[in-house]
Amino acid sequence: MTGLRFDLRDPPPGAAALRAEVRTFIAEHEHRWTPEVRARSWMGFDRDFTRAVGAKGWIGMCWPKQYGGAARSFLDRNIVLEEMLAAGAPVGAHWIGDRQSGPLILRLGTEAQRQKFLPKITTGEFAFCIGLSEPDSGSDLASLRTRADRVDGSWKLNGRKIWTTFGHLCDWMIALVRTSPALEGGSKHQGLSQVLVDLKAPGVTIRPIRDLVGEKGFNEITFDDVMLPEDALVGQEGAGWAQATSELAFERSGPDRYMSSHPLLEAGIAALRDDPAAAATLGRQVARLWTLRSMSTAVAGMLQEGEDPLRQAALVKDLGNDFEQGLPDRMRDVIDTDAMPEEMRRMHAYLTQIVPTFSLRGGTREIMRGIIARELGLR
Amino acid sequence: MADTIGAELAEQATRALEDAAGVAVLRSVEDGAFPAGAWGAVEALGLGAALVPEDRGGAGLGFLDIVPVLEALGRAGAPVPLAEGIGAAALLAAAGIEAPEGVLSFAAAGKPVPWGRHAAHVALVDGARVALYPAAALRWTQGGNTAREARDVAEVSGAPIAEGTLPNAWGAEAAMLVTALLRSAQIAGAMQAALALAVDHANTRKQFGRPIGRFQAVQQQLAVFAAETSAVSVAAAAAARAADRRGLAGAGFEIGCAKVTAGEAAAKGAAIAHQVLAAMGITEEHSLHHLTRRLWSWREEGGTERFWSARLGALVQAEAGPLWTFITDRDEEPAA
Repeated sequence: MTGLRFDLRDPPPGAAALRAEVRTFIAEHEHRWTPEVRARSWMGFDRDFTRAVGAKGWIGMCWPKQYGGAARSFLDRNIVLEEMLAAGAPVGAHWIGDRQSGPLILRLGTEAQRQKFLPKITTGEFAFCIGLSEPDSGSDLASLRTRADRVDGSWKLNGRKIWTTFGHLCDWMIALVRTSPALEGGSKHQGLSQVLVDLKAPGVTIRPIRDLVGEKGFNEITFDDVMLPEDALVGQEGAGWAQATSELAFERSGPDRYMSSHPLLEAGIAALRDDPAAAATLGRQVARLWTLRSMSTAVAGMLQEGEDPLRQAALVKDLGNDFEQGLPDRMRDVIDTDAMPEEMRRMHAYLTQIVPTFSLRGGTREIMRGIIARELGLR
Repeated sequence: MADTIGAELAEQATRALEDAAGVAVLRSVEDGAFPAGAWGAVEALGLGAALVPEDRGGAGLGFLDIVPVLEALGRAGAPVPLAEGIGAAALLAAAGIEAPEGVLSFAAAGKPVPWGRHAAHVALVDGARVALYPAAALRWTQGGNTAREARDVAEVSGAPIAEGTLPNAWGAEAAMLVTALLRSAQIAGAMQAALALAVDHANTRKQFGRPIGRFQAVQQQLAVFAAETSAVSVAAAAAARAADRRGLAGAGFEIGCAKVTAGEAAAKGAAIAHQVLAAMGITEEHSLHHLTRRLWSWREEGGTERFWSARLGALVQAEAGPLWTFITDRDEEPAA
């Protein structure tokens, strides 16, 4: 179980001042957010808000200044993320670029790629989405079939990605695709590469898929002989699997894995201030939130130290998803939905429908627990 | 955690407990015997005065430093009154009383005294008043918890040999808060040991031609167990850190959060352990029950989940501002 070590972290110097600055900023914008916007949390897409966040230097804030970053620490960034999520700010237009695509380009991209993409992610001009799942490849991701073939110094892309969040609103996708066939009897993890896809390129067809709430959140994106330039490749050809999985600790341990329903908890406490019968249920949620925050911050600190806490991240995500997923029903334990104040009732209605996604996105609950089981020596 | 003093002490404690205590010792303790051999080995480490300030002759460590020791103790099923001795010495020192030699325990006034019948001296804590009694001067009614650990009620019938008042930083609920912290960390340890037993069993017990741990249904349950175990460990350490920085009285929120987390996790972990070990885990012969019965028992001490969650809920309900502000306001900036 040595892989399951957590080291407590202190807030970074200046934490309180940074927190206060983010709160002041949020206070200037939050009057525009409906209960549904708040309940969407990091699935709320608002390009204007993202540009305003970028102007504050809070997108890509850990990246070097030469690429538009602020050279702040990972723990500073964690404070900004926490505050945005606590308020239910619509951060979806930059969330993926800030969390995954940008760090990947910074770490493995060419100098030209860094200069082209990173500054525009930090201003909010470029929104990124992730191309992983395919119609026949979900948890068994390495079975994916989208192909990029070399053709005269270019890549020709064919295939289909699905469940791509905000694909219809984004500018770029980093897709995991097959660039050479899996060897007979070899690992199917070989021969995969990550490529940058301009979503406005000819041959890209984006079909929004309505979700159960009735909104267009995710998409099916078809690539039909899409020609990508040679420098669309990110990192090493054939190393796509290792590259994609090495980012997972960043993707899975953040506050977005336990705070997705946070505005509902705040609304519940505010609505039930005078109800002693609600205290114990609320208190249990508070205790869980506090513990999850301690764990998530510990992982952020380990990332800051350059460690690779992949297993801890899976563990925090699993516990965190359970918590954020359970909140709508825990609120129902203490107040009938028709007695909820309107703002709370609307958030509750939205979240009740959408919380099943929490333990799907970013790797399912079953995959997370499989990772932990492997660490325990069971697989 | 990463703390080096704590890790070092925990290693020493683990070694002493492994050498001197085992299932046989736990059995005899549950039958009412005192584990003299194991206690001698552990007492020799000098951990009893861990939390006593250096200027009072102690090691001057903090609660966070001893969390790994308490986890090690929990892994062994707490066969010796080490946690009680550490807590009692800390409370006595804070009240300006020198801790006597020999087995020492403490309790909030009116609550059963852990290991009471085996103690040489007992600190009874009534609010902020700490009174030290020789055990022989108290009238005892023997009792036990679900784990058959001695929990004896002491009736006071004379004057204490020393008395003192806890400073404000310790507050009027110090005995409960210390107990909650000690038990939270012990629960983390007992869960680690029960998890190890369950994983080992899953890897060796074969059904349908393969180890049951190869079945995803079993793997997924043990993963939940591991996650809950980590949660308790982090929560106990974070609460201990808060107690070191703000004093016990100022860390009631964190200690309560840790105890709720520990109590909830203990129930889940014990249930999964028994499910995986099946009928064998229910037998008297198997060592699992020494751990699971302690998990169930320790939930009850230092405030239950129900007690603490009601209090935490009332606390945040009474706040004028958002929960998030309340939680983040409790962050500590490192000293400049």
